[in-house]
Amino acid sequence: MKFTKTFMATTALTMVAGIAGADHHMAKEMTIVSWGGAYSKSQLKAYHEPYSAKTGASIINDDSSAEAVAKLRAMNEAGNVTWDVVDVVAADAMRLCDEGLALEIDPDTMLADAPDGTKASADFGDLLVSECFIPSIVYSTTFGYRTDLVGDTPPTDVCAVFDTDAYPGKRSLEKRPINNMEWALLCDGVAKDKVYDVLATEEGQNQALAKLDTIKGDVVWWSAGADTPQLLADGEVIMGSTYNGRLFSVIEEQKQPVAMLWDAQVFDLDGWIIPAGLSPERQARALDYIMFATDTQRLADQAKYISYGPARLSSAPLVGKHAELGIDMAPHMPTDPNNAKNTFLYNYEFWADYRDDIDAKFQAWLAK
Amino acid sequence: MSETGQNTGQNGLVLAADGTPLKKSLARSLRVEKLRALALIAPLLLFVLFSFIWPIGEMLFRSVDNRDVGEVLPKTVAVLKDWDGTSGELPDETVYKAFTADMLVAIDAKQHTKLGRRLNYETSGISSLFRKSGRKIKKLDLETDGPFKEALIKIDKKWGDVETWKAIQTHSVKYTDGYYLAAIDMQRTPEGAAAQSEDKRIMMTLFKRTLWMSMIITGMCVLLGYPVAWILANLPARSANLLMILVLLPFWTSLLVRTSAWKVMLQQQGVINEVLVWLGMVADDSRLVIINNQFGTITAMTHILLPFMILPMYSVMQTIQPTYLRAAKSLGATNWTAFWRVYFPQSIPGIGAGSILVFILSIGYYITPEIVGGAKGVFISNRIAYHISSSGNWGLAAALGAILLAVVLVLYWVYDKIVGIDNVKLG
Amino acid sequence: MAALTPISRKPFWLVALVVGLFGGFIGLFVGTANGNGPMGVFIGAALLIGLAWFYIYVLKDERAGRGITFAGLGIAGFAAAGMPGLVLGAIFGAIGGWMIYWMYEGRYRAYVPPYLTAGQVLWHFTFRVICGAIFIFLITPILVVLPLSFNAQDFFTFTPEMLRFDPEGYSLKHYRDFFSNNEWQRSFKNSLIIAPIATIISVTLGTLAAIGLSQSHVPGRRAIMAILISPMIVPLIISATGMFFFYSDVGNWLEGLGLGKTFVGYVKVVLAHAVLGIPFVIITVTATLVGFDRSLTRAAANMGADPVTTFFRVQMPLILPGVISGGLFAFITSFDEVVVVLFVGSASQKTLPWQMFTGLREQISPTILAVATILVFISVCLLTTLELLRRRSERLRGMSPG
Repeated sequence: MKFTKTFMATTALTMVAGIAGADHHMAKEMTIVSWGGAYSKSQLKAYHEPYSAKTGASIINDDSSAEAVAKLRAMNEAGNVTWDVVDVVAADAMRLCDEGLALEIDPDTMLADAPDGTKASADFGDLLVSECFIPSIVYSTTFGYRTDLVGDTPPTDVCAVFDTDAYPGKRSLEKRPINNMEWALLCDGVAKDKVYDVLATEEGQNQALAKLDTIKGDVVWWSAGADTPQLLADGEVIMGSTYNGRLFSVIEEQKQPVAMLWDAQVFDLDGWIIPAGLSPERQARALDYIMFATDTQRLADQAKYISYGPARLSSAPLVGKHAELGIDMAPHMPTDPNNAKNTFLYNYEFWADYRDDIDAKFQAWLAK
Repeated sequence: MSETGQNTGQNGLVLAADGTPLKKSLARSLRVEKLRALALIAPLLLFVLFSFIWPIGEMLFRSVDNRDVGEVLPKTVAVLKDWDGTSGELPDETVYKAFTADMLVAIDAKQHTKLGRRLNYETSGISSLFRKSGRKIKKLDLETDGPFKEALIKIDKKWGDVETWKAIQTHSVKYTDGYYLAAIDMQRTPEGAAAQSEDKRIMMTLFKRTLWMSMIITGMCVLLGYPVAWILANLPARSANLLMILVLLPFWTSLLVRTSAWKVMLQQQGVINEVLVWLGMVADDSRLVIINNQFGTITAMTHILLPFMILPMYSVMQTIQPTYLRAAKSLGATNWTAFWRVYFPQSIPGIGAGSILVFILSIGYYITPEIVGGAKGVFISNRIAYHISSSGNWGLAAALGAILLAVVLVLYWVYDKIVGIDNVKLG
Repeated sequence: MAALTPISRKPFWLVALVVGLFGGFIGLFVGTANGNGPMGVFIGAALLIGLAWFYIYVLKDERAGRGITFAGLGIAGFAAAGMPGLVLGAIFGAIGGWMIYWMYEGRYRAYVPPYLTAGQVLWHFTFRVICGAIFIFLITPILVVLPLSFNAQDFFTFTPEMLRFDPEGYSLKHYRDFFSNNEWQRSFKNSLIIAPIATIISVTLGTLAAIGLSQSHVPGRRAIMAILISPMIVPLIISATGMFFFYSDVGNWLEGLGLGKTFVGYVKVVLAHAVLGIPFVIITVTATLVGFDRSLTRAAANMGADPVTTFFRVQMPLILPGVISGGLFAFITSFDEVVVVLFVGSASQKTLPWQMFTGLREQISPTILAVATILVFISVCLLTTLELLRRRSERLRGMSPG
């Protein structure tokens, strides 16, 4: 968890330096791909609107990040890349970079320095997990539970998910092996640093599935990010996994009787890539946008709208209050020390290799 | 014929008005008619062939296309041919050298990860082997850094594993049946086709489930659609048209909205359960589980596809004369006999058209099962969609799609034989 | 519709039997809800039979009788269970009151052929009840969507406030969102551009081809038919990926000719949707052409009409119903299509279903339901207008409607 520590450290606080403005060699219009919903809205407020105001570029939103890898592959094969900047999770960025579908970025020349002059490479630190990836947020996949349906002792431990005696009722889990297999092994007594070693073996996979088998009848499987909040609001499940920003919205914006279970939250990164093979004008525009949208102040601004942690060290101290609710955002960040007591780091490499294999097993297990 | 002297030529041929033999004249007019018909069809036919059939063909071709390995590793594939994988011995230096040479080219073009991804479908872990080794192989020099066998094994010990080379050798053919084998729960191994390991067998279950549940859905649609079509066809036009609006309304409502509405209806805290609990028909702690299982999929899909059943049935029933029924009854048939022996047979084309339509549409659906089907109510199309938009294994998706398409084509053929495709009517 | 059978009053026992069954059936639900089913059945049946007796032998005034039942049971419901009780009680009262007189006056007999036996009449009405249940099945999801679109919360859930009919629980904010949100407006506009053009293309080409196919001597008729029907048969996800590659090439080529990127984007989606709509047009139009009397075109030709005139003046009016229903199918195919447009289109061609799809996936928002409600409202208006126009033209032509 080195990166989270780096993250939580605080640095000096200064005003943002101005960034290079518009240039007539750049395309006037750009298509930015993201996830949609509240997340896209936060980007619109924090990045797109100020950028358009500053440069006059017009931005088209495409909410297709969920299929980004498949579509970029297809676009590349068809020789018709229509996207200019794409918001993807780190694992997807790594895949795209390895396949030569994303532009390699030199952080120190292509990204803005921190206000105190720290180079971007140092400011992002360990979060630069791929040569093509410019991280913008840290998010986590974690559990939320209905405060009124879990009895008198609210869960504090992720293994409550597997404890149907103490917490009877349905729980929602994502309909894919990623994260579920790790949680199952953690709760089956596997040490945190051994999880992926165990999961790489046939026995380990069976062990995880056997653990999941104990609650199979009590699980509602979700496939869209909006499912768990809806299920919790309906009282359809008593606890469920989803992204922390969505739970924030359920709890603070929608005022539902839901609380967070931060234990064993799985950290992940989300950020930008620029597709390879754009025309020079479009590429210049995309780079200009990235330079603007990933500076210290902009990253801190996004946290006003959604509870995801900014990826720059220098942004952390600038995180303020929610733009509409006026509540302090820092305690809602996955990286807040109170929330990050026990975290789990997702292993991209492992899943890149084993995804197809374990997914086939997982689906076969589901169908049984 | 002799009376019509002027129309008969010297050799006894019948002539048309303009003096050409009638046979020739008829043939010409037939030809003109054929040409005119074809001219009417041609624009659409070309449009469909060009913008649909051909792209689909191209897509399905991916299910056998395996040129990646040969294109990325041409030299390796050539020398690896002579290696006997069953001996249990590693290939010799020439193979390693050829491989390094190929990889250096591939890494430059960023092609090696694509290959790793391709081989990873067959053997887990190869993807990262190619990716990780790629970074180090890049630094090798073909002239000075030999022998490459040791160099590669030093980079990653998996290059010293016979299985790795067997995988490359097995999948180096230009065209493969590997995707089709995977689509029916088998796999291509160095020793030939073999069954997939038991805990990964899923495709056949899904195929069977897709067919079985589509049949149930079709059956439900016939059962529910028949009375409705009957009443629409037999009511006076004024009331029938008003009721028709009730059939068309759901049809006009977005599929996504209807599916979400069913979710609201069926879930444990949903409308149906709430009403039942409120009425005391069901205890609060034993609410019915009617979503996220096959029941959910069947209910929602029956609802969504019902108009596709009602409309063709209705249009067929409209043409059935009510006098036939009355005639049968006045000849002494009971209600049931009159219906079963007189009315029902005439309505069969409508049932056939509706059934084939509903069945074909239902085996291709994936959005509804994904939302209300849970773990056990999903179809093979969900798997196709997963491989197309998540895992990127398009070869397997194409193979699954081709099999599904074959099933549909057989059905279509059977239907054409029995009922005739001309007899399909949609409202 | 004129009455088929003269009606006469029915004996009291028959009235008592039917209304008693109905009252008992409803009473069962109220009874079980309060923990005593049999008691509910008894009270429900006794109530309606008692009322029937009272109205028939004492009151003898239909309007008063129905009014009393309606208001009385509504008030009783309100006293027992508040607002929802009022609504349910009033509905029960209205139906009960109507049913008593419907039975007693023998009105149920009026529209049934006079020669039917009692059993057949019973079956006649049982069958209608079954059909009614199926119609309810068809329409319920829409009935669920309507109130939820006024939800004050951002979930697809009936909140306790909504069930209490508390105004707090309702709001128009999702409608405001639809009308003020650029993304929704843009996607709505796109759908209104793409669907009609795609429909026109598939209807034009499809009708021509169907006429060609209906000629008697077409070589390879079956094969051609199979090809033209194929877009309906191939699973959508396969079609979508196949078309993606094809239309990327087409798009590159068109852009190479100097056409604008956005325009080319629309062309791609319109053509892809047109292909999907074609089978429906082909099927409906060939079906109408099967019954088309060919001698009519020959007669027209005989009297000197050229083929184009014949087509528009003779053939077209006769096959128009088939063309229109094919067109409706094609329109709805495009208007409700999400898989292909996700692949072939780019963000500037985002259609309504696309926007709904991301809306459902990323953040469940009842704006989707508000949109659905608006669309349902529009289609009800459209269908009703069509029906009224049809009746008007029938009246003008001097035909009796049905």
